[in-house]
Amino acid sequence: MDPYVLKTLNAERRARRAAVLVTDLGDGRDRVVREGDTVAGDLGAAIERAFRTGLSGSVETEGRSFFLNAHLPQPRLVVIGAVHISQALAPMARIAGYPVEIVDPRTAFATPDRFPDMPLHAEWPQDVLARQPLDGYTALAAVTHDPKIDDFALKAALDARCFYVGALGSRKTHAKRVERLLALGVGADDIARIHSPIGVDIGAASPAEIAVAVLAEVINAFRSRGLQRKGKAA
Amino acid sequence: MLNSAYLDEVRDPLLIAEDWMKNGKDVAIATVVETWGSAPRQAGSHLVIDAEGNFQGSVSGGCVEGAVVAEALDVIGSGKARMLEFGVADETAWQVGLSCGGRIKVYVERLG
Repeated sequence: MDPYVLKTLNAERRARRAAVLVTDLGDGRDRVVREGDTVAGDLGAAIERAFRTGLSGSVETEGRSFFLNAHLPQPRLVVIGAVHISQALAPMARIAGYPVEIVDPRTAFATPDRFPDMPLHAEWPQDVLARQPLDGYTALAAVTHDPKIDDFALKAALDARCFYVGALGSRKTHAKRVERLLALGVGADDIARIHSPIGVDIGAASPAEIAVAVLAEVINAFRSRGLQRKGKAA
Repeated sequence: MLNSAYLDEVRDPLLIAEDWMKNGKDVAIATVVETWGSAPRQAGSHLVIDAEGNFQGSVSGGCVEGAVVAEALDVIGSGKARMLEFGVADETAWQVGLSCGGRIKVYVERLG
């Protein structure tokens, strides 16, 4: 492996950017391909698949054998609101492989007692997200029901192209939210990316059941990222 | 948590390889490039080895690491990459024990 290639790859991984390391198994030459880079032909198609699925594997093309090592950032979930749903959602998501952080400026809600062993920020989303920006491998669920807390975070999640953006609230509540976000200058296409009412429809009633519905929606959004992009382009 | 928080700086083989390199060590990187049947580590997994035989990471559940380390020392010496194959059909592999019954192909190359 070329030392410069290793440094480049590790820098991408540290910055939470997806990269595929392409190694020619014949002559050992390698290079780093970033998401969005154009690579022609069968090799390009295989690289695109590696970005979408996160799976590494060998590919034979043009009489050569390549190994594609997919390095995708770990998906994570930011929950705005230290509420009853979040208490169930946080441990479930963590078990499913999506580390969670909770943000809620209401100190009565955001207590370690209610969220044992969870990264917890008893601060405004504005302050937390300025320090720790969202990205395309982050999901954001806003569940406070309070526009003062949720709205900024939703706009930030749409701007950062989070792979999932969900907001708790009835259709009526969401209609008002849409008006507020439009007034904040968010585009209608972006607003349409918000999952609301939140969660897949499994008839969830209790906070824990709603947490299951939200987690299922997050997983579905992550596993179908590339497919959705393709669908839109077609 | 910052963006990089989910990379394990202490145990991530590729970060360790870079660190070793910066400290002037000769390093080999082994990568699982193909698996068949039941294999303990998926394609893309790494074992990194220095010239003293120190290693980090894994390409199996500990079954074939010893053999890979031995080959890696040769690769560090010669600079020529090698493709290794382990499986239950292979007597050597049976000896080093890929007991899960799968087969794996491991690419071993020198860093630099």
